[in-house]
Amino acid sequence: MVQGYLQIAAFCAILVASVPLLGGYMARVFRDERVFLTPAVAPVERLFYRVLRVDPERGQDWKGYARSLLVFSTLFGLLLYVILRTQGIHPFNPGDFRSGPADVSFNTATSFLTNTNWQLYGGETTLSYFSQMAGLAVQNFVSAAVGISVLVALMRGIAARGGDGILGNFYRDITRIILYILVPLSIVATVVLVSQGVIQTLGGTVGGIARGPVASQEAIKMLGTNGGGFFNVNSAYPFENPSAFTNFFEMFIILCIPAALPYTYGRMVGSRRQGWTIFGVMFALFLVSVVVVYVAESHGTPAAHAAGLAGGNLEGKEQRFGIASTSLFTAITTVVSCGAVNGAFESLTGLGGLGPMANLGFSESVFGGVGTGLYMMLLFVLLAVFIGGLMVGRTPEYLGKKIEPREVKLVTIGALFTALIVLVFTALAVGTKYGAPSTFAAGPQGFSENFYAYLSQANNNGSAFAGYTGFLQPNAPGNAGAHGVTFADLMGGFAMLFGRFVPILAVLAVAGAMARKKVSPVGLGTMRTDTPTFGFLLIGVIVLVGALTFLPAFLLGPVEQSLTTTLF
Amino acid sequence: MRKDLIRSSVAVVAFTVLLGLVYPLVMTGIAQVAFPGKSEGSLIRSGGKVTGSTLLGQAWRKPVLDQAGRPTKDADGNPVTEPDPRYFQPRPSATGYSASVTFFANRGPNQASTRDLTRQHIEAYLSLERPYNRGLTAAKVPIDAATFSASGVDPDISRTNAGIQARRIAAVRHLSPDRVARLIAQNTDGRGLGLFGERGVNTTTLNHALDQEAR
Repeated sequence: MVQGYLQIAAFCAILVASVPLLGGYMARVFRDERVFLTPAVAPVERLFYRVLRVDPERGQDWKGYARSLLVFSTLFGLLLYVILRTQGIHPFNPGDFRSGPADVSFNTATSFLTNTNWQLYGGETTLSYFSQMAGLAVQNFVSAAVGISVLVALMRGIAARGGDGILGNFYRDITRIILYILVPLSIVATVVLVSQGVIQTLGGTVGGIARGPVASQEAIKMLGTNGGGFFNVNSAYPFENPSAFTNFFEMFIILCIPAALPYTYGRMVGSRRQGWTIFGVMFALFLVSVVVVYVAESHGTPAAHAAGLAGGNLEGKEQRFGIASTSLFTAITTVVSCGAVNGAFESLTGLGGLGPMANLGFSESVFGGVGTGLYMMLLFVLLAVFIGGLMVGRTPEYLGKKIEPREVKLVTIGALFTALIVLVFTALAVGTKYGAPSTFAAGPQGFSENFYAYLSQANNNGSAFAGYTGFLQPNAPGNAGAHGVTFADLMGGFAMLFGRFVPILAVLAVAGAMARKKVSPVGLGTMRTDTPTFGFLLIGVIVLVGALTFLPAFLLGPVEQSLTTTLF
Repeated sequence: MRKDLIRSSVAVVAFTVLLGLVYPLVMTGIAQVAFPGKSEGSLIRSGGKVTGSTLLGQAWRKPVLDQAGRPTKDADGNPVTEPDPRYFQPRPSATGYSASVTFFANRGPNQASTRDLTRQHIEAYLSLERPYNRGLTAAKVPIDAATFSASGVDPDISRTNAGIQARRIAAVRHLSPDRVARLIAQNTDGRGLGLFGERGVNTTTLNHALDQEAR
């Protein structure tokens, strides 16, 4: 146990040390300042503006920004769907895989479009290298950049002093985020991963061993908090994650951008304490989650104990990671809406499964996906300011700007809409016969599978209790006869679309409203938002919203499982 | 709106070319030049043919022979195999150690089926190892030996597990315990940066080393 806690402590120390470095760099990129990469990247950047015919100096208000974002995302989603449906005629297809069925392709296209990377398809058994590279890996970059761009717009809206409502230029933000942040980090990460044994080849299957251009995709899968693996078993597979060191490195690159963004935010609004306060809240909730999962997994499962096995729960985990590193990875990939896994979530203990579920239940606001996490957190911040204002009986103000009914309504929509989808869709799946074909396990575990599926998809995470299925593959050459479970595929697809774009629109509307507000000077009666007191209030709001929304569902699944030794 | 449509269409093409083709192909080029063996999958070749990878666990089994010395087959016509006692056995796999079709075993914590499968793993382990380890009981079976790995091709076993199997290997191969212990130590992977993850004994490289030793 001591060794396990040491690992966790060392990881956290390295992470915190990296925050100012990366956070400061990103702030410079978002503010269009010169960075050390500028000489190398600026020519490419200018080329993009010329090709796209974008005037980078021309800003957009929130409606213009939202329109560009929606058109851009829709076209990318369509392209991905077409690539998947016409896979059979593309190059780089050494496995001769057929095109995907309509329902599964819809689910996969929305999954990557929305930065979810939920995997109903089998990576190495259904997708060609072309689909993986030109379809999925591109979306890994683009969907991540879209998430960050929404955050950048919100940060600018909050920090704006001009009152003209301009949030920036969507195309410029996307281009800069990709060229200055995501691509350089991915190149470095790819080289590190290959040097440790992650494969990167177009050589096809040899001697019964499936291969592919894995490392380049692994890098952005982690950095962009996407999580869709080249292989079906994701980062548990040795070709994606060959050693204890790569496991550490992958955990770090999942968390480095989301952890640095609060610092970036502090720089953008001109107060580092605001950034560190938010970081502190995220970090505290994250630590609780890590410890809960680790303690639960160290105790083993009722099933293993009934079989006479003594010790912790290594079922569905890899020896080279062990219980501690798998628990840490599990907590990281679910607080961050990454969804890459290095072990089987289905085989987690009851309480160990509650950890990831609770993280998803906090609407991915604890670190969360790149961009998405912090903008969800900022919605909770506004909610906490509003509640705090009610408590002390003053007009709520955030950074000198009044929070009025319109913003509170938008914040409520943004913070609660996802939860509504999760609960309604789960109820439909388990209350009718349509959820049954996707369910694998009996008893509360079967409920957990369905609940987790919608929790994960609506929050754009992408991890799964993988007994749950939406795609059936009879073991036939060329994947003949493979077909989707239409209900699960379509419902999941809609959960991902709504869970992604409704909050985005709410956030952009809030950003637009904030950008127009006049700034009033800080007075004696202003509630401060950079103190530990506010941090505790914020934690209270997040936990309360999450707990009140999902407690009954938690009771039916993981809580019941961790309270009983009955086997089902 | 029309401007956005045109601009986004161009952006879709431009980003797909840059991120979907240029980026992965350039990275493949760099990887192949800088790390030729690793980027190809750390493959093991014998007689010019690829027989495995040092990163992947594989099955070390032999056919079960009937009284006439012919391989037996099950109802589906597949050959019946059993663990080959001359080799270190990796962890149980739900995929038959497949390196081309991967999936999780998905055994839940409260499922009766998990208990039954775990029991089977324990019994199989005991029947193989108890002849060489008198005091071995179910409660002393290492957890890695009785649980499915995540990938199905986990090459590593715990050092405790390797220590138990070493007695069988030494007896069957007529090697001194010290020699087997030395080979185990040579094929043990350390923790990441000396701190992260767990130590594991790589059964794939260890078994190849055993075969080298025999020659």
